[in-house]
Amino acid sequence: MGVQGIGARALRKEDKRFITGKGRYTDDMTLPRMTYAAFVRSPHAHAKVVSIDASAALEMPGVEAVLTGEQLVGDGIGNLICGWMIHSKDGTPMKMGAWRALEPETVRFVGQAVAVVIADTQGQARDAAESVVVEYEELNAVVSTIDALKGGAPQLHPEAPGNLIYDWDIGDEAATNAAFDAASTVVQMDLVNNRLVPNPMEPRAAVADYDEAEEHYTLHTTSQNPHVARLVLSAFYNVAPEHKLRVIAPDVGGGFGSKIFIYPEEIAALWASKRVGRPVKWVSDRTEAFLTDAHGRDHVSHAELALNADNKITGFRVKTVANLGAYMSLFSSSVPTYLYATLLSGQYDIPNIHCNVKAVYTNTTPVDAYRGAGRPEATFLVERMMETAARQVGLSPAEFRRKNFIRSFPHQTPVIMCYDAGDYDATLDAALKAIDYDGFPARKAEAAKRGKLRGLGLSCYIEACGIAPSAAVGSLGAGVGLWESAEVRVNPVGSIEVLTGSHSHGQGHETTFAQLISERFGVDTDSVSIVHGDTDKVQFGMGTYGSRSGAVGMSAIVKALDKVEAKAKKIAAHLMEASEGDIQIEGGELKVAGTDKKLTFTEVALAAYTAHNLPEGMEPGLKEGAFYDPTNFTFPAGTYACEVEVDPETGKTEIINFVAADDFGKIINPMIVEGQVHGGIAQGVGQALLESVSYDETGQLLTASYMDYAMPRADDLPSYTLLTTETICPGNPLGMKGCGEAGAIGSPPAVINAITDAINNNDLAMPATPQRVWLASRAALAQAAE
Amino acid sequence: MTTVSMTLNGKKVSANVEDRTLLVHYIREAQNLTGTHVGCDTSQCGACVVHVNGEAVKSCSMLAVQANGADVTTVEGLASGGELHPVQAAFREHHGLQCGFCTPGMIMTAVDMIRRHGANLDEKTIRHELEGNICRCTGYHNIVKAIKAAADQMAAMKTAAE
Repeated sequence: MGVQGIGARALRKEDKRFITGKGRYTDDMTLPRMTYAAFVRSPHAHAKVVSIDASAALEMPGVEAVLTGEQLVGDGIGNLICGWMIHSKDGTPMKMGAWRALEPETVRFVGQAVAVVIADTQGQARDAAESVVVEYEELNAVVSTIDALKGGAPQLHPEAPGNLIYDWDIGDEAATNAAFDAASTVVQMDLVNNRLVPNPMEPRAAVADYDEAEEHYTLHTTSQNPHVARLVLSAFYNVAPEHKLRVIAPDVGGGFGSKIFIYPEEIAALWASKRVGRPVKWVSDRTEAFLTDAHGRDHVSHAELALNADNKITGFRVKTVANLGAYMSLFSSSVPTYLYATLLSGQYDIPNIHCNVKAVYTNTTPVDAYRGAGRPEATFLVERMMETAARQVGLSPAEFRRKNFIRSFPHQTPVIMCYDAGDYDATLDAALKAIDYDGFPARKAEAAKRGKLRGLGLSCYIEACGIAPSAAVGSLGAGVGLWESAEVRVNPVGSIEVLTGSHSHGQGHETTFAQLISERFGVDTDSVSIVHGDTDKVQFGMGTYGSRSGAVGMSAIVKALDKVEAKAKKIAAHLMEASEGDIQIEGGELKVAGTDKKLTFTEVALAAYTAHNLPEGMEPGLKEGAFYDPTNFTFPAGTYACEVEVDPETGKTEIINFVAADDFGKIINPMIVEGQVHGGIAQGVGQALLESVSYDETGQLLTASYMDYAMPRADDLPSYTLLTTETICPGNPLGMKGCGEAGAIGSPPAVINAITDAINNNDLAMPATPQRVWLASRAALAQAAE
Repeated sequence: MTTVSMTLNGKKVSANVEDRTLLVHYIREAQNLTGTHVGCDTSQCGACVVHVNGEAVKSCSMLAVQANGADVTTVEGLASGGELHPVQAAFREHHGLQCGFCTPGMIMTAVDMIRRHGANLDEKTIRHELEGNICRCTGYHNIVKAIKAAADQMAAMKTAAE
């Protein structure tokens, strides 16, 4: 393959197994004597569990056991927890309702598990699950975000009066109110961020195996962060102590946040494996995934922007109600607070910001981080407001944004974040040029001749990635540190294994991380292997989410490489009788500068392990580990420009052109980065045009299959034009910012801004279905006719 | 229970399975070929596409017994003699996959699509033809590019051979 360092469009090392059907996903694992689990799930959104009768099921062929919540609680399995403490503005801690892996008393969403059947085959387990008779006493359900806080609403948890989880504030309320009192213009909007289902194509799965002789558990599971899974399963759910639990996340078919969390099914599978003394496999079907994978978004907000006479923003005031569903999922509390309101300054110099967030319980599936997690919600609010404000004051949306851009760094916003570097004019300029902003009026006129409505929308997003200095997130309530670890093992023959706490579930770490080694040592990427996803192999790691594998995970690798390089140079200097400072690493060789003396990397590695001739006092071997804790979040930013054509007869929107101009800092592999942006945009366009979770008023999920939930298909989407600009991130050794979430964050407001521009009606909710667009377009025409 | 026999990737195979066994489960569980995936319950996602008697079929939408005596090809049977099929190679070359879960179905659909359309495949047709295959990672951009490139390459190879 040759040397493929930083910046190379290296083809992926992991692809061969995937394109030949040799990937190894959790559902591909089969163990001797393995049983299958099927869960008995509540058909009601809110009900008391009166009785569970498993007698008929237990008589069915192949059934090993039917286990219930009473037994689970009796065996000391702990409640599911939310690991990020948020305090309300009055200082009280968030109100966490008890969540058991199998519920013995009160179910609070459709699909919540009350029992699990263990049988010899999957078919037998499912048949028997249908024969478990559960008697429920139905209770009234509350489903919508806004209804949750109303007086007289059904109450979910005794711990949370009024269904209120927290009532949280950020920013200076008095100063922000004063800015509004002095404003020349106030722009106001009500905005809903629609609830989504992450939908990785591989459904969640678990294969749990209890070894009675060793009192040891092994869990193969679809996780983005196997070490965190082990930590939580040990420390909070009392499944087993950490040294008696191995968690393996093999090939994982996408995550998008939904595979960060530890769910009831994994807990139940481990526990059941000990109970029945056989391995237990559970594989989610797609409807189970819709019912039980953590959902994303679901905010209802009122936002106000204050402008002075010069159209500079002087204040931003936001009130948001965030629906967290029936229970607090693992990191749910942080999403509508520190991952959301801290980004409300966008790319703009806004002196005063105040945001209030009320998080509520409803009888719906729990909500947690989904690609972007809080930052898409913030960006949607900011960028819809910017476009709307520009229209209200009669400036072009580009000009209005430019007037308010931050141009000096570091920039301290009024909502905690300190932006370290950026050039927002550069990405805006690049996007406007690529979409031919100046030529738009002519294209609009041409479309009008054909009876079509053209619109152009912008979105200048910013996100905070890396997540982040451990001490900083700790002070904000995080229950874990958010560093990353790495180990670089140079083998005696010079091949290199890199053990990382990051986890790849589509991101291509096996390639990108190998490129870093190739860059540093000049070795072939084929001689490098990346080891991840197994708590027995990698000492510890925090996993992959928040666009952190590059900025945090690779920084840890850099630190370990620094140590390996220093030791290799010492050995080379000793062997070649040269000064350590004169040793240079180039093309896989260690050379003495200014001479023809050199040793190959393999010769130095072998010398380290034979240890026949090492510098005095040096330990044998060439293997180093490192932990890296970031000094700040990173701040990827960019401009997305979307041009649409609406058919006023049908309300159908066609995306004519979509330009993404991103500043991700240093890019290791442009091909992989582009792929991340493509996928992110598709999910953002999905949110804007197609996807939304629907519940009926009793809490039945109406969108529980691909027949009902509109996943973006190939013919719903355009090809994209991608550009990058570069400001180096000063916070990490490689200057990287992260690219995994940008597409999903930046694109929804660009699409909605474009459609509202086309139809001349700003009142348009996501997803902008043909029906909604048609109605909004008709309303605009009716108003124009008046 | 029923004995189901077929030619799977060129080899004669047989297994005794429950009557209700779907072809996809026969392939994955009775024959241990796990490259064919299950991504939904409603024949929407296409992760399970295989070829039955040369045509693309969602293997979750037919019973194993219906494929009794058929010639079935899965993604594992596509490469020949260690040489990747041009569609497999194109998916790698154009970064048409990320997590890899939808990839086997995508590739099997693409091979069938190219067989039917040849070099006439354009972006619009490819996107329309992919209606039954869902990918959540790539936004389809590079999948479309990969299929187009493979179609062009296979047409050129055919011309060269003639």
